Amino acid sequence: MSGTFIGMPAFPAAARRAVQDAQLRHNLRKATHTIRGKRGEAVGELDDWAELREAGRAIKDRTLRHLDRYLEQLEERATAAGATVHWAADAEEANAIVTRLVRATGEREVVKVKSMATQEIGLNEALARAGVTAYETDLAELIVQLSDDFPSHILVPAIHRNRAEIREIFVRRMAEWGVPAPEGLGDDPRELAEAARVHLREKFLTAKVAVSGANFAVAETGSLVVLESEGNGRMCLTLPETLISVVGIEKLVPTWADLEVFMQLLPRSSTGERMNPYSSVWTGATPGDGPQDVHLVLLDNGRTDTLADRVGRQALRCIRCSACLNICPVYERSGGHAYGSVYPGPIGAVLTPQLRGVQGPAEASLPYASSLCGACYEVCPVAIDIPEILVHLRERVASGPGHAAERAAMSAAEAVLGDHRLLNMAQRAASAARGAVPRRLPGPGAGWTDTRDIPDIPPRPFRDWWREHEKERARGDGPGAAGGRADREGGER
Amino acid sequence: MTGSRERILARVRAALSDVPRGEAAEDVRVPRGYRRAHGQGPALDLLADRLEDYRALVRRVPAAGVGEAVAEALRRRGASRVAAPDDAPEEWFASCPAEVVRDAPLGEGPPLGVAELDAVDGVVTGCSVAIAETGTIVLDTGEHQGRRALTLVPDYHLCVVRAGRVVDSVPEAVARLSPALPQTWISGPSATSDIELQRVEGVHGPRTLEVLIAE
Ligand code: SF4
Repeated sequence: MSGTFIGMPAFPAAARRAVQDAQLRHNLRKATHTIRGKRGEAVGELDDWAELREAGRAIKDRTLRHLDRYLEQLEERATAAGATVHWAADAEEANAIVTRLVRATGEREVVKVKSMATQEIGLNEALARAGVTAYETDLAELIVQLSDDFPSHILVPAIHRNRAEIREIFVRRMAEWGVPAPEGLGDDPRELAEAARVHLREKFLTAKVAVSGANFAVAETGSLVVLESEGNGRMCLTLPETLISVVGIEKLVPTWADLEVFMQLLPRSSTGERMNPYSSVWTGATPGDGPQDVHLVLLDNGRTDTLADRVGRQALRCIRCSACLNICPVYERSGGHAYGSVYPGPIGAVLTPQLRGVQGPAEASLPYASSLCGACYEVCPVAIDIPEILVHLRERVASGPGHAAERAAMSAAEAVLGDHRLLNMAQRAASAARGAVPRRLPGPGAGWTDTRDIPDIPPRPFRDWWREHEKERARGDGPGAAGGRADREGGER
Repeated sequence: MTGSRERILARVRAALSDVPRGEAAEDVRVPRGYRRAHGQGPALDLLADRLEDYRALVRRVPAAGVGEAVAEALRRRGASRVAAPDDAPEEWFASCPAEVVRDAPLGEGPPLGVAELDAVDGVVTGCSVAIAETGTIVLDTGEHQGRRALTLVPDYHLCVVRAGRVVDSVPEAVARLSPALPQTWISGPSATSDIELQRVEGVHGPRTLEVLIAE
């Protein structure tokens, strides 16, 4: 993984800073709890959620276990449908491919649909170095881009900003990027969204080149699928002449019919909607409709390393729904930036160290950015056992050559969650909940409704603790770091 | 880039050295115990309810009354010029108060340009499939739907959904659709929740979606 976040401090330091930011904590809490509630309702509407989840897990496992075959099939079908397929071993190569393709069009501007893969490789920065301006068109990504900020959540990247801050950013920065903010802009979300519409509209209507990612790539047909809400995706995928999609090799699903599972799992897990407002499906180029110059860049960038780890490879099942972020007590308090990667929260804690390796201090600290309460596993629509991978990665960190395992282990989760009492409590709560539900999902037909009651840290005691903690902090004698925590956590699992 | 292709595939194969040689992809069992549909109610009622839930305007009309309903909707909207696919049925516009600008059939003359689409007051189309459980309309550029840009640039989309096109569930819709044609799945008007999670309808796609369910 390249650029964006390199040089950021390891999790404990970054998290401690975030925890002290009251505004950030308030925003995060409100946001994660709201989305969590919506997700619960949307998931609760389907009485076969357990079976869908099990199918989603199995389809992704099938894909990963035979990824070579499916990649070749995808390439063949997409090519037959008129797309050009490129292979990129790492970020640098992917950036070089996209830059070359954009240059070949003679254009100096591209419009972009929100895409984690292009953030991961630092594409915007690479394009800028080549004299090409990339315009983020998702509202939240626009906010992040205009403020030279980093995304802090997979689904709502500007979750750490409130309306007043967003208004301020628009007023100050829009003019530099194109159509300025209107005179007298207020901070009502409706007004702010309208300002974004006006700011981007001309870009959409005149753009010749678009860059996207994809939520799914269908091997059987060569189709790509993008889910979104605002219509910026449709604009980018429909109006330009050239479309370049950067897609991680783990995004594949074998067949068109498999989408019947993921088009139920993803929207409900992600935004908590029965269906997101817009999804686009395209297969190569369609004569007379949409971009005629269509490219697919298949990206490895550490994914094959992840695939090689028999425990860790399940992280590649991830469909980036962000449910694990919204349920995580550590994320709720630390925010996304502390994870030092475009992949924050529990999934980031297991994915980033695998994609980048655990040599660096930031990466090595991530497997400890968790209390192992297990809530992330319960909500994950493809049943990724994040706690299992965390423990496994801790072992890797601890046995790493020349690595100061202790330093990395020191209190990453604790930077957020505080003292022993709390952690013990969280673990007790988690293990109690886990006793009530099967660790592994039962087969189809067996009931699974229990697991929808997501175990959470008992709210009352935690709040008491937190108040105490804040008082101490105000007195200037916040909790000190205590070593040895990590080993015990690992041992208790 | 051939080098990277071979390198990535070789790395994938090396990473999967634990997968038995004889194992085929199909040997990895995918349990499909989930439902084909959830039986949440009569399809048309459900569709109307779910569409409204996502703030689409919904009207149920008799099949013979589509022309009248289109006229009424456009009058209410104050639309004086609307776009339509080249093959949209004449009867939809039989009593239409607005001027209808039809797109050129594929391969016959230039299609309506973006500027033209930006200047009309709305667009009237049919759909390929509608999913009751999720309140979703799927366009696949097939019959009565036109090119994707047609339903994207105008600010108002009036969609005629024939009862026969309505299915209960996502699996039923996926089974009916072919990805050979580009698809757009639409569930309510364009929306964002990016600012303090407050839902705002209408960002870049049509800000108003109106659906006529023709029974
Ligand atoms: S790990 Fe699971 S819950 Fe977390 S983002 Fe990925 S799919 Fe969603």
